[in-house]
Amino acid sequence: MNKPILEIKNLCIDYPISIGTVHAVEDVSIILNKGEVLGLVGESGCGKSTLGLSLLKLIRPPGKVSGGEILYRGKDVLKMSGSEMLKFRGQNIAMVFQNPLTSLNPLFKVKDQFLETIHYHKPEIKQEEAVRMSENILESLGIDKERMHDYPHQLSGGMRQRIMIGLGLIMQPDILVADEPTTSLDVIVEAGFIDLLNRLRERFNLTIILITHNLGLVAEIADRVVVMYGGRIMEVGSADNIFSRPLHPYTFGLINCIPNIELEQKELITMPGNPPDLVNPPPGCRFAPRCPKVMDICKEEVPEVKEYNGRKVACRLY
Amino acid sequence: MKNLLRYIITRILLTIPMIFILLTLVFVILRIMPGDPVSAMLGAHAPEEVIEQKKEELGLNKPIIIQYINYMNKLLHFDLGESMIFKQKVIVPIREKLPATIELTFFGMFFTLLFGIFPGAYAASRRRKGRDFAIRIYANVVYCIPVYWMGLMLQLILGIWLGWFPIAGRVNARILVSTFERTGFYTLDTLLAGNLYAFGDVMLHLFLPSLTLGIVLSGIFVRLTRANMLDVLKSEYILSARARGIPERKIVYKHALKNAFIPVLTMLGLQFALLLAGAILTEMTFSWPGIGRLLMERIYLRDYPTIQGVIVVFALFVSIVSLIVDILYAMVDPRVKY
Repeated sequence: MNKPILEIKNLCIDYPISIGTVHAVEDVSIILNKGEVLGLVGESGCGKSTLGLSLLKLIRPPGKVSGGEILYRGKDVLKMSGSEMLKFRGQNIAMVFQNPLTSLNPLFKVKDQFLETIHYHKPEIKQEEAVRMSENILESLGIDKERMHDYPHQLSGGMRQRIMIGLGLIMQPDILVADEPTTSLDVIVEAGFIDLLNRLRERFNLTIILITHNLGLVAEIADRVVVMYGGRIMEVGSADNIFSRPLHPYTFGLINCIPNIELEQKELITMPGNPPDLVNPPPGCRFAPRCPKVMDICKEEVPEVKEYNGRKVACRLY
Repeated sequence: MKNLLRYIITRILLTIPMIFILLTLVFVILRIMPGDPVSAMLGAHAPEEVIEQKKEELGLNKPIIIQYINYMNKLLHFDLGESMIFKQKVIVPIREKLPATIELTFFGMFFTLLFGIFPGAYAASRRRKGRDFAIRIYANVVYCIPVYWMGLMLQLILGIWLGWFPIAGRVNARILVSTFERTGFYTLDTLLAGNLYAFGDVMLHLFLPSLTLGIVLSGIFVRLTRANMLDVLKSEYILSARARGIPERKIVYKHALKNAFIPVLTMLGLQFALLLAGAILTEMTFSWPGIGRLLMERIYLRDYPTIQGVIVVFALFVSIVSLIVDILYAMVDPRVKY
């Protein structure tokens, strides 16, 4: 097996707030291999976006990483200096965000945003060359190169989304972190987006981390899936396994919540209860208060992530 | 371009009723106010018949409504009338003193932006750190300081103790103004005449009054810029720019500041009236021969036509500046179309 491109080891992220500390991410370990698409799923507030931001060291203060490491090709991202970090963002890893409508600076033309990005990474590249690079990437994203001279407000949401990706990929990073990339897109644009991700993946040999609560999207393109709940990993497995044979009761519940038009169900299935309070989390398994298969021990001790039939799960049932 | 022209014309047409209403108010208030030009000129003990004669001469014995119609009629013919105190057209002192006020407000605005916007942006980028607090204290303090007190302190410290700057007037008395005076804008005139020595002297004289005005008004702009910057720095396009590896300095002063500047620019248009009010006090403190001082002098003399004339000029000034601001607005923000 080749060496992993990114290794997250026992990562903990805290947000100090007035009434205590929010443990947004706790003891999370993930291994990412070159070329794979990893889906990071969970409900709102489970720490998945925070985890994504931490990979680029972009957690908003006062939030901070309180433990663990993030190794990119063996080098600890969290220990990089300011200038190393600027190179790392853009040349090794890129991130696109939820809302393409607000992710481009409204006062700068698309072209200027591209040229600026290239300039700060490779000042030696001449302007004509930089323009050509930007045109190429736009065309590979299916956008007419003339649109370079437009301001963001003159473009549609789907176009802005693709331009965001183009800006992320212009310096040819290995990893693309996509945080809820389809939330604000309609289904047709979303389908196009899935198609695009697949093509980009082949063309640039990209490794993609897809952060989403859209399980359909994950089923469509992810190779492996990490299920998070209350800041902790519940289950890790191949997309096939996760969707057809979920191990963790939470994963099971999550998949059960997807409405199925073919079944004759009268009501939407929901999961009873609320996500845990991350300031004073339940002492045992985070999911214990809502778990249909809860045991006494679940309420006392946090279950470790362990191997089970070649898969990983944090549950006492296995 | 055609739309822009139409917009400008509409705006100019809108100033006409504004000036009309403003002038009506001033006209009425001046005449309700105790005192009148005749008693200001002749004193309290003048014989009754002399007072009556003078009133008739000035047209003050007619009913107010007739005086008003006569005045407005003249104004419609672009005539501001004649001073009631001096044998002089109202337009003459205004034309002479307006350039001094424009110079003062222009440089005052420069200092306002210099001491308002950059510290505001810097404070936002250092939120809740020591320097942020220091800048916020600066903003609150200067906001509370009266213009004339600030002027006096700067005169005392920079002018008298350190002796770096002259404390009054537009130019050294030993420099003959007539050798360069053409437009009345001394900074421009001295340069046009190629008299660099005089230019330097004019700039030195301009420094303290415009600094006073700039510092006092900068407080509001520090707070406004800081608040807008904090908002903008939270936006997704800033996060995206960071994720692309754009250096922090560029993010703050290019990406964020340009966006935060838009509401500041709006405020600048609105605050210009305040700047003019500040300019009046600054002119008094620094014996600056501008129309602010003219206004004050003529209020003491109850010189109705001159006061009205200065008010018209102020109103025009404010509307021209806010029009310019609106045009600049469209240049900064591509989403704004006229």
